[in-house]
Amino acid sequence: MKTVQFREALREAMSEEMRRDKSVFLLGEEVAEYNGAYKVSQGMLDEFGPKRVIDTPIAELGFAGIAVGASMNGLRPIVEFMTWNFAILAADQIINSAAKMLQMSGGQYHCPIVFRGGNGTAGQLGATHSQSFEAFYAHVPGLKVITPSNPYDAKGLLKAAIRDNDPVVFLESEKMYGDKGEIPEGEYIIPIGVADIKRAGTDVTIVSFGKILKVAFEAAELLEKEGISCEIIDLRTVRPIDYACVVESVKKTNRCVVLEESWPLASISSEISYHLQRYAFDHLDAPVMRVTQTDTPFAFSPTLIDEALPNVARLINAVKATLYRN
Amino acid sequence: MATKAVAKPSKTTKKSSVASKSKFSKETYVKWYKDMLLMRRFEEKAGQLYIQQKFGGFCHLYIGQEAIVAGTVSGSRPTDSHMTAYRDHAHPLGLGTDPRVLMAELYGRTTGCSKGKGGSMHFFDKDKNFMGGHGIVGAQIPMGTGVAFAEKYNETDNVVFVSMGDGAVRQGALHETFNMAVNWKLPVIYIIENNNYAMGTSVERTTNVTDLSKIGLSYDIPSKSVNGMSPEAVHEAIEEACDRARRGDGPTLLDIRTYRYKGHSMSDPQKYRTKEEVAEWQAKDPIDHCLDVIKENKWLTDAEIEEINNWVKKEVEESVEFAENSPYPEAHELYEDVYKQTDYPYIKEY
Ligand SMILES: Cc1ncc(C[n+]2csc(CCOP(=O)(O)OP(=O)(O)O)c2C)c(N)n1
Ligand SMILES: [Mg+2]
Repeated sequence: MKTVQFREALREAMSEEMRRDKSVFLLGEEVAEYNGAYKVSQGMLDEFGPKRVIDTPIAELGFAGIAVGASMNGLRPIVEFMTWNFAILAADQIINSAAKMLQMSGGQYHCPIVFRGGNGTAGQLGATHSQSFEAFYAHVPGLKVITPSNPYDAKGLLKAAIRDNDPVVFLESEKMYGDKGEIPEGEYIIPIGVADIKRAGTDVTIVSFGKILKVAFEAAELLEKEGISCEIIDLRTVRPIDYACVVESVKKTNRCVVLEESWPLASISSEISYHLQRYAFDHLDAPVMRVTQTDTPFAFSPTLIDEALPNVARLINAVKATLYRN
Repeated sequence: MATKAVAKPSKTTKKSSVASKSKFSKETYVKWYKDMLLMRRFEEKAGQLYIQQKFGGFCHLYIGQEAIVAGTVSGSRPTDSHMTAYRDHAHPLGLGTDPRVLMAELYGRTTGCSKGKGGSMHFFDKDKNFMGGHGIVGAQIPMGTGVAFAEKYNETDNVVFVSMGDGAVRQGALHETFNMAVNWKLPVIYIIENNNYAMGTSVERTTNVTDLSKIGLSYDIPSKSVNGMSPEAVHEAIEEACDRARRGDGPTLLDIRTYRYKGHSMSDPQKYRTKEEVAEWQAKDPIDHCLDVIKENKWLTDAEIEEINNWVKKEVEESVEFAENSPYPEAHELYEDVYKQTDYPYIKEY
């Protein structure tokens, strides 16, 4: 094992796949000569040259569409968006083109493409630069949506995404790129669509994904001291969702809290809650709770950020509510 | 290693030799000097405070580019409107917004020009028709054009200034918008604040048509390049464009050549350019230039100049004091200004 940063894990995944398969290439704003706005692609231009590590103009719709077309014609593009907020401009090509190509062409054309970049809040960047897109893209049939929470998962899942023959949305975080974690020396792949029990427990199941999982770990530590044992499930993929893993856990704990960085309406937490009341109804000893961002755009001021984001105290409250301990 | 891009300051008449023949008055030069100095000192201070972590977020400085705002403001009317991108500190300062509320916004305080909700990239001041401050590259191009649409619809003779970077012109929305703006003869003036770099990417690395004024040509938009280190040149180009727009003859595109002395934001190692290139542009500094003209014409005594400098210094200091003594927004303010409807039923669960 070795310790690497999240950004290095992503870089290893891309570089290994590019060494293995000539049809894989990377394009996006500042990915080549600047070595990436968040240094994910550092050194990749030196190794692979400008044919395969390509700087684009600030033209998200255009370069995403070019990548979709390239994927229809035998290449396997990795599209880096500086952040997913800017990919809103490219959403037409992701949702209208990539996600639907195989079906609309009656199975003749497919899009083996990965769209990746920073997702979610990253401090005081204001409303337009702080959005989480898990639920947005999870809504769209034809896409797969991956939300890694640590370097190990990030590398294994990104390699799976690059080898996958369907379009994949891969959601990272500016705030996670510096996180360190252990990964094996050799190659490994983590299958898409398989959740991971990050902490085993018996009293309550906490379901989450992405960087907000850290809040769950902290809360679980504190709750342990009060004699409450939390099982933490990292979905890792929000389309498809590993429902079985969640249902199995809740059959054991009989209680569930969903923790999500984004807004409450039409969210992953609504989806999980629906699924549990449908398929684990008889096993629930309390209503499913959730902790999400407030139902408001993300504001700049630190006090408003504190108010908006899920935090340990809120999660503990929600967990205790499922145990009628408030 | 990045190939060093060649950004050359445009050839202008030698320093201040235009002064005596200038069509611009003492008052204009003094105002330019004072306004640009305020922008410069305000941002130098903001940069220091940012490094001291007095506030967070991004911080994009306009330092070096001040002549564009100075010439635009002097060449237009107070009833005209302005919209720009996230490099937005200088525009409201030039339009006369109190530096205190701008500094308070950087600090995320409730007294800020956007109540602490927008931050550095989202300054707004409706009183001065300053319509933001927009963080998504290129978003202001269609939006600002829509503001001009409303002016025409309401049959005013106001014009709208839409500023954008040289990187922003690569957004597809520009092309869609330019076509409609000219087809509908909208009173809009597009200003490319062409500092030759979009983050670390120079203009020549992203296009074969490096003369950005040509972008307007295929749409039949009157277009030209302007020396952005000269408030005089900017003012003249703006006046001409305003006349056209107010006559009902539609938009103008100005490719205003300028330079940012600082990095893209506060965390830019600037490996894509040389120190010499930066120095070459700094030698054309518009604030120095205005001061030279003022001195050459003996329009102000040294003491009077000192008075201006001190006033600027005091304004900046007081803005910091004001910001630091202002409260942060309270939690309930998160639920204000999201909808005009005041009793909107938010989901509140915990
Ligand atoms: C749609 C979109 N894509 C990417 C970004 C990230 N970004 C912010 S500023 C910038 C460079 C813009 O350069 P330019 O338009 O030349 O303006 P300047 O910073 O030089 O004033 C980029 C890529 C963004 N904010 N919005
Ligand atoms: Mg620029």
